[in-house]
Amino acid sequence: MATLSLRDVRKSFNATPVLHGIDLEVADGELVVIVGASGCGKSTLLRIVAGLEAPSSGQVVINNRDVTGLEPADRDIAMVFQNYALYPHMSVFGNMAYGLKIRGLPRAEIERRVKDAAEILGIGALLERKPKQLSGGQRQRVAMGRAIVREPALFLFDEPLSNLDAKLRVQMRAEIRRLQRRLGVTSLFVTHDQVEAMTLGDRLVVMNAGRPAQVAPPMEIFSRPADTYVAGFIGSPAMNFIPATLEEGGASARLPGGAPIRFSDGPRPGPAGMPLTLGLRPEHLSPGEGPDSIPLAVELVEPLGSETVVHGRAPGGLAITARLSGAFTGSALPVRLPPAHLHVFNAETGRRLDP
Amino acid sequence: MEGTLPSRAPVIRDDALLRATRRRRLASRLVAHAALILGVIIVAFPIWMTLVGSTHDAATIGRGDVPLLPGVHAAENYAIAWNEGGGRTRTTPASTMLLNSLLMAVLIAVGKIVISILSAYAVVFFRFPGRMAAFWAIFITLMLPVEVRIIPTFQVIVDLNLGNTWAGLVVPLIASATATLLFRQFFLTIPDEFVEAAKMDGAGPLRFLRDVVLPLSLTNIAALFVILFIYGWNQYLWPLLIINDRSMETIVVGLSKMIGRGDSQNDWNTIMATAVLALLPPVLVVALMQRWFVRGLTETEK
Repeated sequence: MATLSLRDVRKSFNATPVLHGIDLEVADGELVVIVGASGCGKSTLLRIVAGLEAPSSGQVVINNRDVTGLEPADRDIAMVFQNYALYPHMSVFGNMAYGLKIRGLPRAEIERRVKDAAEILGIGALLERKPKQLSGGQRQRVAMGRAIVREPALFLFDEPLSNLDAKLRVQMRAEIRRLQRRLGVTSLFVTHDQVEAMTLGDRLVVMNAGRPAQVAPPMEIFSRPADTYVAGFIGSPAMNFIPATLEEGGASARLPGGAPIRFSDGPRPGPAGMPLTLGLRPEHLSPGEGPDSIPLAVELVEPLGSETVVHGRAPGGLAITARLSGAFTGSALPVRLPPAHLHVFNAETGRRLDP
Repeated sequence: MEGTLPSRAPVIRDDALLRATRRRRLASRLVAHAALILGVIIVAFPIWMTLVGSTHDAATIGRGDVPLLPGVHAAENYAIAWNEGGGRTRTTPASTMLLNSLLMAVLIAVGKIVISILSAYAVVFFRFPGRMAAFWAIFITLMLPVEVRIIPTFQVIVDLNLGNTWAGLVVPLIASATATLLFRQFFLTIPDEFVEAAKMDGAGPLRFLRDVVLPLSLTNIAALFVILFIYGWNQYLWPLLIINDRSMETIVVGLSKMIGRGDSQNDWNTIMATAVLALLPPVLVVALMQRWFVRGLTETEK
């Protein structure tokens, strides 16, 4: 149905740059999630696509049509707001029909579209109610219904799940995904929640300080993070970072304690002694004694039922988190660093170092 | 819960103490009620006197001993006031003056609401050069009482040949800083998302005003209407200056004109009947719109 291209979109507020040149291509029917910590510019980017903010420079192109200078209503988009922004004095039907009414659609057509959307969302019985009389999940559905009836080229979601309780959030997340697949509408979804991002997105844009740190499918972001920011942001508990230096020849690294660790997938380029950051996800640390194991002094144990998160410190004082299956008790935990799961980053630039 | 405890300390019954407490409570209640009743009497007495005065003949009041109980001349007093006009001069009938006052008060209230909604809407929802300057200019006029600018305003109206016209009477009283300020404060509480959602829906500024802002402001408008209606109804100085035509006289001005100065005796009975008539419309407006009025001033929930 539609594609979206962002071409070198920049935005400054009073000389404070917020977005430093974003390029993004979204394919037809794709759901791209923009994820990042608060203040990274993700909402600003969405609002620029929506037309609620004007970019300082760059272009927004929807379906090969430059819409940068157009009003939001003329961009053929629909947006779901964080707090739904339902008009409190209008019924559910009125809320969903309002945009269509303004466009001058015939009454019968409006009714058909609203009824269809309500059917899809399971809110057919609520059409006469006021937003005040709805629960959070129902309001969320109405907000989506308002977007659906427009039959837009592009859906924009601005953290639409953050006002729901945890259980409902999981449920609505799946529902949004199903709906987006079913309707096949190209979508942009902004969230700060990495789980939401991982489960919803065909592709993720991880934003860091106004720059896209990595644009890739969720599993690639997880298994091959482009830099230490992405590595630390995606995954829970966060990835462990261990400072190290590159050995002569680049085939292995030297840990702070002096022990070497060999890269299983080949040597890294760089001079000997180059500072590195080694990344290891907590679930990849394997417990067990051995010549190369690190004895952790356990500080905190978080039992999660099927698994246990252990926070501890390595002899040098470095904080290390391990995720173990099953229960754990005790005050010491020796762990080994399996080379197969090692992520290697340049300590100065933070960029990933591949063989 | 306490009742289920196995060993409960026995309740100490000190009847004397209990009685003393009760007595103290009764005494304080009596004092409070006495104060309240006194307050009611002080407020209500003049109104009672007016009501009573409007039911006696002129001679009874003229004698100087003011009766405290209603007399039997109510019907004729009110008929005279309504049809011929009260007081000795008997020029403008109260029916005409009531109609004039009603028209003036409604025009002022509606005009003020329309103007202040539009200006508050502009100040809150639009970014234009001099926006804050405009806001402060409106705000500063709050500091000036009407009387301060009454001479220049009078000059302007006379120069425009608007003396003795409804336009001349109403227009200068319409600009309202207070109402603008109130609407501004209310509009600021309307979430930005509504504006943005309306933009998405393709609603232009006037459409947004009509479809979203006005429906949300209904209770505020009602509350303000009550206040402004009474404000308009009670206008005295300006109508006195600008209206010479007795057929356009408003009741508050007409009432004061009925009271003759100097030695001539006043027909207090018909004057008081007119006063009671003048009182009724504002009371009615408040009574009828009370529910809306209270909601508009207290309700913040949207």
